[in-house]
This record gives sequence, structure tokens and C-alpha cells, in this order.
Amino acid sequence: MLEDYFRQYGLIAVFIAVAVALPTSLLLLSWALSLARIRPHKPNPVKSSPYECGMEIIGSRWVRFNFRYYTFALLFVVFDVETVFLYPWAVYFKQLGLFALIEMLVFVLILMVAWAYAWRNKALEWR
Amino acid sequence: MLSLDMAFWTMAVVTVVSAAAVVLLKDVFRAALCLVLTFMVVAGLFVLLSAEFLAVVQVLIYAGAISILIIFAIMLTRDVHQGNPSNRFRYPALVLAALLLAAIVLVVIKTDWNQLDSRVLPGAPTEAVGATETGVKNVFSNTTPVIARLLLRDFVLPFEVASVLLLAAILGALALVREGEG
Repeated sequence: MLEDYFRQYGLIAVFIAVAVALPTSLLLLSWALSLARIRPHKPNPVKSSPYECGMEIIGSRWVRFNFRYYTFALLFVVFDVETVFLYPWAVYFKQLGLFALIEMLVFVLILMVAWAYAWRNKALEWR
Repeated sequence: MLSLDMAFWTMAVVTVVSAAAVVLLKDVFRAALCLVLTFMVVAGLFVLLSAEFLAVVQVLIYAGAISILIIFAIMLTRDVHQGNPSNRFRYPALVLAALLLAAIVLVVIKTDWNQLDSRVLPGAPTEAVGATETGVKNVFSNTTPVIARLLLRDFVLPFEVASVLLLAAILGALALVREGEG
């Protein structure tokens, strides 16, 4: 049981290891090739400028976000916490039965009040 | 269990290094990203302790929501590129952190970790250590159903009150945001 558990998380560990190793090894390879004088080193301003999808960067990297995004972030946090309550219920759903379903409906309904409030007060609209 | 030891030490080192980076980095945005890394690795440590539910909560709430809030707050702040200068609270904060660490270490040492409440493990006498040790193993091989049972059967009222708390949090947040706009 416990061995199986760690084996499953071992897959995630392998995944993370590959995800870290791939970019690191590419950078190391590039560095090693430049040491061996195989990779040419001829920088110019156009080549070393950062780019986004082929677009030229306008302005500095510090762009202040619009304040309205914060409303969405706050709402997201609360409904994210709701997910945490849904998760154990979903795992143990069959054994818990009807009573827990009603409980969860009450729980979600109370949160729907908040959602309806946010909707009615046009907090979800972009003004 | 050599691989588990390796996993633990890797994660422990990454946790400490990234947590130190959060405090020491001058660039606030990079510090925030290091904080996200710390959250993720702590989730990994929870997995090693077979506290699966806690790990999921850590990823969902801390690595997901809290870090988004922090990064948004940084992106909303003006003059954030000035960085994180040290101020006169440096040494008081050090003392406070050391005291907190001492308190946590003391609690960890003093607590009997083989005790389980009879509500967690139905039918188990809490006094009998032998019975609870197998009980501890049973419960901690699969924690999420136990948490679900406790949350939805034994602690129904706190569970529902939690939704009211979340409702209040949303209403308060919306009221505060609107106040700021007006």
C-alpha cells in the first residue's frame, strides 16, 4: 500500500527531474561548446534583445497591472479554498452517501450567494 | 528506503535555500517566485510524510492562490523595482524568528506522535499505545477518506460554518475593492 503510494509519487519526481535536467543540460551544453570554441560568439543588439512571439518589446519590464485584476484574484482565492473542501468529499463520495451530498449542496449554495452577489454588483464585469 | 532519504534531503535543501532566497533577494518579484518554489517543495515534504491531503491543499492554496495574490500585489505596486531594502526591524525580526523556531522545536519534541483521538480512529482506546500504533499506520496510509469522514460526518457544523466564513470573505473583499475604486 505505502510502497505503491511512493511509486506513484516517484513518477512525479522523475518528471520534475527531467523538467529540471533538460533546460539545465542545454545551457551547460551551450557553455561547454563555447569553451571548446565550436559555438561562435558574435552578439549584436538585435540578436541579444529579448522578444515575445516575434514582437519587439515596448517600454520597461515593470508594467503595473490594472487594479481590477485584483478583484478576480480575490474571488479566485475564495473559490480555490472551496475546492479544498470538495476534494475529500469527492474522494470518499460513495461511502459518505446522501447526507454528505446534501451537506455539500448547502455548502455550495451558501457560496453561490457570494457569487450571485458579485455578479449583481457587477464585480465580474470589466468596466 | 534510500530513494526516500535522497528525496527528503534534496527537498530539505531546496526548501531551506529557496526560503533563504525569499528573505535575502533584493528583487521582490524574484523573492515571490522563490516563495512559490518553497511552497511546492514543502508540498513534496508533505507527500513524503504521506499527508496527501495536506500536500494537495499546499499546492492548491499556497502555490496556487496565495502566490497569485502575492504576485498580483507586487505587480500592482508602484516603484517595486527599488527592491527590498533592509530596515530597522532586521534584528527584532531575527529574535522573533528564533523564538518561534525554539517554540516549534519544543512542541515537536514534546508531542507524543503516536496518540490518535478516538474520533479519528473509531473503536480504538487512546490509552493503549500498541493498538494505536497500528491505528496510526492504518490512518496514515490513506489520510483523505479519514479527513472526509471527520469533516462530513463528525464536524458537520464547523464545515457549514466554513462556507459562511468564505461568504463573508468574498463580501468583505468586494466591499473593500469597491471602496478603493470610489
